[in-house]
Amino acid sequence: MTTLLERILPTVQKPARYVGGEYNQIVKDKAQVDVRVAFCFPDTYEIGMSNLGMRILYGVMNNQPDVWCERVFAPWGDMEEQMRKHNLPLWALESHDPVKDFDLIAFTVGYEMSYANILNMLNLAQVPLHAADRHDLKNIVFAGGACMYNPEPLADFIDFFSLGEGEDSTVEILDLYRKAKAEHWTKDQFLLEVSKIEGMYVPSFYEHTYNEDGTLKAITPKNGAPKTVTKRIVHDLDHAYYPTKDIVPSTEIVHDRTNLEVFRGCIRGCRFCQAGFTYRPLRPRSVEVLTRQAKEALEDSGNHEITLSSLSTSDYKQLEELANDLLDYCAPRKINLSLPSLRADNFSRELMEKVQKVRKSGLTFAPEAGTQRLRDAINKNVTEEEVLETCATAFEGGWSSVKLYFMLGLPTETDEDVLGIADLVYKILKTWREKATNRKRGCRISVATAYFVPKPFTPFQWEAQISPEEYTRRQRLLKEHMPAKSVDYKWHESSLSRLEAVLARGDRRLGAVLEHAVLHGAKLDGWDEYFRYDLWLDAFQACGIDPDFYTRERSEDELLPWDTIDVGVRKQFLQKERKAAYASTITPDCRTQCTGCGANLLYPEGPCDA
Amino acid sequence: MRRILFEKTGNGIWISHLDLMRILQRAFRRSGILLKHTQGFNPHAFVSLALPLSVGTASRCELLDFELAESEAAVDTSSLPERLNAALPDGIHCVLGYDGGRKLKELTHLQVEVRLEYDQGVPAGAVDAIDSLFHGETLVVEKRSKNGPVEQDILPMIQELIVSQEDGNTVLLSAVICAQNPSLNPDLLAKAVSTHLPDLAPDFAKSMRIEMLTQDGTPFR
Ligand code: SF4
Repeated sequence: MTTLLERILPTVQKPARYVGGEYNQIVKDKAQVDVRVAFCFPDTYEIGMSNLGMRILYGVMNNQPDVWCERVFAPWGDMEEQMRKHNLPLWALESHDPVKDFDLIAFTVGYEMSYANILNMLNLAQVPLHAADRHDLKNIVFAGGACMYNPEPLADFIDFFSLGEGEDSTVEILDLYRKAKAEHWTKDQFLLEVSKIEGMYVPSFYEHTYNEDGTLKAITPKNGAPKTVTKRIVHDLDHAYYPTKDIVPSTEIVHDRTNLEVFRGCIRGCRFCQAGFTYRPLRPRSVEVLTRQAKEALEDSGNHEITLSSLSTSDYKQLEELANDLLDYCAPRKINLSLPSLRADNFSRELMEKVQKVRKSGLTFAPEAGTQRLRDAINKNVTEEEVLETCATAFEGGWSSVKLYFMLGLPTETDEDVLGIADLVYKILKTWREKATNRKRGCRISVATAYFVPKPFTPFQWEAQISPEEYTRRQRLLKEHMPAKSVDYKWHESSLSRLEAVLARGDRRLGAVLEHAVLHGAKLDGWDEYFRYDLWLDAFQACGIDPDFYTRERSEDELLPWDTIDVGVRKQFLQKERKAAYASTITPDCRTQCTGCGANLLYPEGPCDA
Repeated sequence: MRRILFEKTGNGIWISHLDLMRILQRAFRRSGILLKHTQGFNPHAFVSLALPLSVGTASRCELLDFELAESEAAVDTSSLPERLNAALPDGIHCVLGYDGGRKLKELTHLQVEVRLEYDQGVPAGAVDAIDSLFHGETLVVEKRSKNGPVEQDILPMIQELIVSQEDGNTVLLSAVICAQNPSLNPDLLAKAVSTHLPDLAPDFAKSMRIEMLTQDGTPFR
């Protein structure tokens, strides 16, 4: 007879994403392994399987012979409905065993809008939400990932956080767990020992007290926990694990291609960008290693496309050499090499033409702000001249579509800056009229504006987020002035970015809000189909919490919820950068001059960017 | 033209037609076998699947027609299943590879099996009642189509149908049905039972293609 899952599958969309069985998935004999890990990505299969971090750690964990790490993703709404109706607990793809049977439940978290999914997945797994309600060594829940540098909103639910890059520390966690299980430790004993591993943050070991005005008064470590926890980094990228025998999904995912990580960190220091600071210090991979990894991964996966995925790929010193080596391999095999997030300032025509030989793709720029003054204030080193020159070259070369990304609500932004966006678009159109060689299809410009969200560990971590009303006013102002013809202007809704801003700089009192929202149906907030702001507003109200408290400007001497965490970049450096922003002063990139952010102290073998 | 006969079972049955096309093309790449491609910016491989299978239906008889790049002229098609199987996901399994083969229009019938599952055990008299249902004058079933549901007499499309009890919980329908022009979706056999014998509506039904047949009843290859 068929299983319950088999009976449900014909009733849901894209059933292939729920059964595993893909090429290169790792299956072990459960009787032969000591530790089973349910590795959860708090979004759909299509998003999670596109995440390089998850693929790396899946390989790292499964490289341990006595550990079996399996994948778990958030179900789409139709599947969730069936699971709840039939009381089918969330399962892992490889074995189809329920998540609640696993030793460790790990989450990799990339963005705030997936917090609800974490709780919803625990709930669907029938695992108690609160860390305090899980008493045993079984079902220890831990989390890490790019978005876990202020993990406070999740403090009630997660037993411990693994900060920074997990290649080395995850192995240490598994070693400790293996010992704990063999020696029948209590959960408390295990957490105590975990807190001694560098980079591990056990939130229940820190007591947070508040002032009358709601701000944090003190963070008091208990049980001998360290006052600050410093993130971990991989010291030698050339020797770090990279998955060349990688799972090839049987169904279409968002980024269905081989991802090559050319370096970690970013030389730029854009003042709004959290990753730009939290990924420091800068560590490149060598061309030889990258070329070898590319060939191995492409050969093994049969992928038709490869991309270089790093924060600012075009800053890779040997990009020409790497691109040439890759093209030599890809072109005869009809493999498409795509180079995303190329910056206007060093996008060479020659390179563009080479890439074009394999396939024609569009031009993308992220000037982020409309005027040079504001671009200087946010340290986005893109000039109008460079954008227009690159466009001219591209239009002459037959390109006709341009995508532009901006933010509204950046600190110090005025209406003049907003209108500067429309002005830049006009100039690009004019350039097209003058230079285009391929006029058949017309010029297509798409412009997208996002609502600025101040993030922890950036120079703007103390800034207010402008109000939704003010954001909407600026967005309409821009819309009115945008040349309508051949420009496709899209903007983000304010509610999602408002919520993101609350969660990004939230404290642990938001746990109650998260729980209320999820238990009343919040999930998949990153998807228009499911995002319901009303559920969140109800939750804030029910918990007596004012979201505006979290989007306000913070004083520089206020104790911040994430002050326990050390990402390498020093607070004084961020303060100095904030002042520079007010003066519209550019800070040179790390290649021109080290400006002493402090991240190099994590990397004694340095220097950065060598 | 070269042809491969493959099976789609287990986890593989949830893979859609489009995804399967991509999987097969990638499997060629992974095995280091170059398919023949069209020219141009967006090259397509010369591959096609006969009679698309609906998601959730298993099959022991799927066909892939393809051509290899000129550089691969020496490749022996009969060696391909083994090479491809090492590169395919769970549930997609190549059985046979050969050159040429009959023209698709000669594929007229499919032998299928439909399993009707009864969680509380097969009701008494079910086999006989279902047998009579499929051996009456007409058997009208509602079928989804582009213009909404349409009523259709499915009996003319059933060449042969044997009802038996497979185990305590399962009734097996073993049938030969029309494969194309018109084709009969085997799921409609279970639907006919649920529609006309509501007391014998199964708790779950699943279908499987067993063999492709030509007009004279021999296997299509
Ligand atoms: S230490 Fe210097 S070079 Fe390294 S990331 Fe910081 S500012 Fe850049």
